[in-house]
Amino acid sequence: MATKTLLEAVNEALDQSMEQDQSVVVYGEDVGFEGGVFRTTAGLQEKYGEGRVFDSPIAEAAIVGSAVGMAINGLKPVVEMQFSGFSLPAYNQIVTHVARFRNRSRGKYHLPLVIRMPYGGGVKALEHHSESLETLYAHIPGLKLVIPSTPYDAKGLLISAIKDPDPVIFMEPKRIYRAFKQEVPEEMYEVPIGKARIVKPGKDLTIIAWGALVREVEKAMKNTPDIDAEIIDLRTISPIDMDTIVESVKKTGRVLIVHEAYKTFGPGAELVSIVNEKAFVYLEAPPKRLAGFDVTIPLPRGEQYFIISPEQIAFEAKQLMAFKA
Amino acid sequence: MIFKDFDPLKGKMLQILDQNGKLVQPKLEPTIDKDILLKMYHTMVLGRVSDDKAIQYQRQGRMLTYAPNHGQEAAQVGSIAAMKDDDWLVLAFRELNAMLYKGVTLEQSYLYWYGNEMGSKYDEGVRVLPINVPIGSQINHAAGLAYAAKLQKKDEAAIVYIGDGGTSHGEFHEGVNFSGLFDLPVVIVIQNNQYAISTPRRKATKAKTLAQKAIAYGIPGIQVDGNDPLAMYLATSVARERAGKGEGPTLIEAVTYRMGPHTTSDNPKLYRSDEEVEEWKLKDPLIRFKAYLIEKGYLTEEEDEQLYKDAKENVKQTFQKVETSGDVPLEDIFRYTYDEMTPNLNEQLDEYKAYLEKAGA
Repeated sequence: MATKTLLEAVNEALDQSMEQDQSVVVYGEDVGFEGGVFRTTAGLQEKYGEGRVFDSPIAEAAIVGSAVGMAINGLKPVVEMQFSGFSLPAYNQIVTHVARFRNRSRGKYHLPLVIRMPYGGGVKALEHHSESLETLYAHIPGLKLVIPSTPYDAKGLLISAIKDPDPVIFMEPKRIYRAFKQEVPEEMYEVPIGKARIVKPGKDLTIIAWGALVREVEKAMKNTPDIDAEIIDLRTISPIDMDTIVESVKKTGRVLIVHEAYKTFGPGAELVSIVNEKAFVYLEAPPKRLAGFDVTIPLPRGEQYFIISPEQIAFEAKQLMAFKA
Repeated sequence: MIFKDFDPLKGKMLQILDQNGKLVQPKLEPTIDKDILLKMYHTMVLGRVSDDKAIQYQRQGRMLTYAPNHGQEAAQVGSIAAMKDDDWLVLAFRELNAMLYKGVTLEQSYLYWYGNEMGSKYDEGVRVLPINVPIGSQINHAAGLAYAAKLQKKDEAAIVYIGDGGTSHGEFHEGVNFSGLFDLPVVIVIQNNQYAISTPRRKATKAKTLAQKAIAYGIPGIQVDGNDPLAMYLATSVARERAGKGEGPTLIEAVTYRMGPHTTSDNPKLYRSDEEVEEWKLKDPLIRFKAYLIEKGYLTEEEDEQLYKDAKENVKQTFQKVETSGDVPLEDIFRYTYDEMTPNLNEQLDEYKAYLEKAGA
């Protein structure tokens, strides 16, 4: 089995989906001729032609709006927002149309489409290139929001997203596009949407993360052998896998949620609510969120304060373990 | 040819039938089968009657907010009639006549305005997208439908309507540009009814016409008397032909007038004069179309009277049916969010049902 980076896994999922299904089209800014600014779509135009893989004008609303029409008329568009921070001109289309067509037409129309977007900080980028905007998408009924943290999941989840009959926002943690390789099967396979992954079972403490932060949590806990943490990679932010979370917290009684999205009203708030509603009496310590500050994500000279480190994660894990009512 | 002869930059506007129904451009009179002409007129009569009744019902407290079409019938029917059966209709929200012509039923339309999403579940094979409320966002949908048609080598085009107000929106630019760039089979009809709620067209853009905006996208644009069904038909036929030949989109500005309010919740007397409204009354599209059909020998006064009578009866019965259709079932508001209901949705529905049961509601 070949080892691949997350970026190569995304490329392979697109390639194999296009090969298998003639109705899949891939487009966005610079995705065609150049193969994407990160090279996630490299080689696709050459292989499938300019009709199915093309460069769009720099017009995010047109990219997503046209995908709506294509999805209704027999295609499966997989479009790219070059950075999640630039997905906002399309936000109107996504919220007022993409999320609603099935309900608005009472099922006459549905939109099998995928909107991919690299997201997250830690890459020393310019303004608007580091955002973690999960909350904006997870909050909207009718959308699914999927975030892989490994090459294996990236391929399987993207293939599932393309086959899904509903619109999927697919956020790619660009910080780990090329960070590590993993064995990825050659053949097509699906990783189910809506199911979290238990990265490492444990009994002391539940730690929930996704995207690039899963790896940071793993690093943190590797260096903290005295705590047996159960690490959960959420993988799908919406619809959320409540069962896996609740089962885990019932077992451990302690929960730490780690995400780069802004803290207030962020996904962690939802996770804490689920824990409180469904596992309250099992808790041995107040649930803890370690999340992005409620500030505009800083430019590189200040970003280190914002980015969550393994040391911070280990520190919070120890604090939680030390809690006495 | 018509694009050269009726250059919006030279202040030219295409008109074939004048306001009295006289052919002012006999050479341009399109050849339209009698049954098509009558279908067009019947649709306009039904549109007019049901539209006026909707306002009445609203005033009686029997209908919710409604956006009337009165005065814009020809702009819609003249254009949609020139499209083909397999073509797609993409709406804003003031296209009742185009919808009826394309196979949306009056009952569905009333049901929608009555506050029931089922009104947007058009029959199988009716290629109409639901009413689109966010201004200006629908042109990109038409572009996507057309892109899919082109890629799959299907002989289809999309016709999309937008108001004069919608052309102020950034997405108008993105949509027209995208359609033009890929030579997509799209016909864009701007229903310039002179007002974006209360803001007159001249206060929305410095451009003399909306048709001339086409030039910037490298596509033809034409200003048409939107109250003249023949002129709208001709312009749209030419646009449809271009679309079919892979020559790309066309922008048609239908110059018309919204005789009624923006919706039942506004009062147009606040922002326009009675004189202006009176002037436009004389340009009523139904007056001139009727005169034309009578002149052609396709319609008599008696038949016309009967048409209105039938339409009134149809409207009355349809509205009664809608009015007694009741509320949507609880499950329906959950069921269509996703293909399969998510755990969250199931939980929320169950919790609410349990509450209803326990509360004896």
